[in-house]
Amino acid sequence: MDKLHYEDFVEGMTHTFGPRSMTRDEIVAYAREFDSQPMHLDEEAAKKSLLGGLAASGWHTCCFMFRMLYDHLISKTVSLGSPGIEETKWLKPVRPDVPLTLHVEILDKRTSKSRPEMGLVRMRAQLRGTDGMPVIDQTSTLLIGVRHPREMAAQ
Amino acid sequence: MIWFENIVIGAKTELGSYTFTADEIKRFARQFDPQPFHLDEEAAKKSHFGGLAASGWHTASVFMKLQSRKINEIGADVRKSGPSPGYKNLRWLKPVLAGDTLSYATEVTSKRPLATRPQWGIVFLHVRAVNQRGEPVFEFESSVLFARRETQNA
Repeated sequence: MDKLHYEDFVEGMTHTFGPRSMTRDEIVAYAREFDSQPMHLDEEAAKKSLLGGLAASGWHTCCFMFRMLYDHLISKTVSLGSPGIEETKWLKPVRPDVPLTLHVEILDKRTSKSRPEMGLVRMRAQLRGTDGMPVIDQTSTLLIGVRHPREMAAQ
Repeated sequence: MIWFENIVIGAKTELGSYTFTADEIKRFARQFDPQPFHLDEEAAKKSHFGGLAASGWHTASVFMKLQSRKINEIGADVRKSGPSPGYKNLRWLKPVLAGDTLSYATEVTSKRPLATRPQWGIVFLHVRAVNQRGEPVFEFESSVLFARRETQNA
């Protein structure tokens, strides 16, 4: 099957994927390697913190959300990486075994003037809990291959 | 224990260095970002990265690895050590290739008390990483909550 190209992304398009949850072991394993603070490692210590109980590192939540995005969208797309993230809001603690659904909205897009084979697609991604409330809200840009660079340049 | 009141605008902290090996780049990628240019040397050579490149989330996770090590060295109190509400303007400026060594540093840019939670203040930091050639490869604007000493008993 032909992969998704820049031309296939339409402003206002939305996708919903999941749910998927983080296990306690995954939360602790990420924290041991990358964010060894007590609120991500130890239930008793975490209860005393502002998070009120064991919760995933915010960076783990970013990585976890990206993996969902990869499995459901980026793996089917001519992805050329990303220049960065405009903003990430960590809105609520992410607890073990809580089902999270990924919501993606395409905000806008443009082609690169210097590299006509490359397009920039801005999107907003959220993970939402079973109550529908977002736990993370992120606006980012993806670099996506253009199917017909000459036609896009002529427009 | 560092209080909100102790944070000085302009203060810089060197977090240390980290070398990204091919094995670790691939291990991280298999879990979180299995795109071919993060997993396979041959595919990566043909990509615009020009060689096996670390996932941008790996570069960001290593920032937190060095930052959390620093926090633990200082001996933060979990009751007064705040989480972060988020970050802005994160940029992956150049690829991080296998064998590259990044040095990470932070600089305090501003701070203010939180209106909604008087026992806490928010501190903004500029985070950057440079590679072994001194080229900036990664940056973002971070925010962290710190407990305010003067309102602890308020």
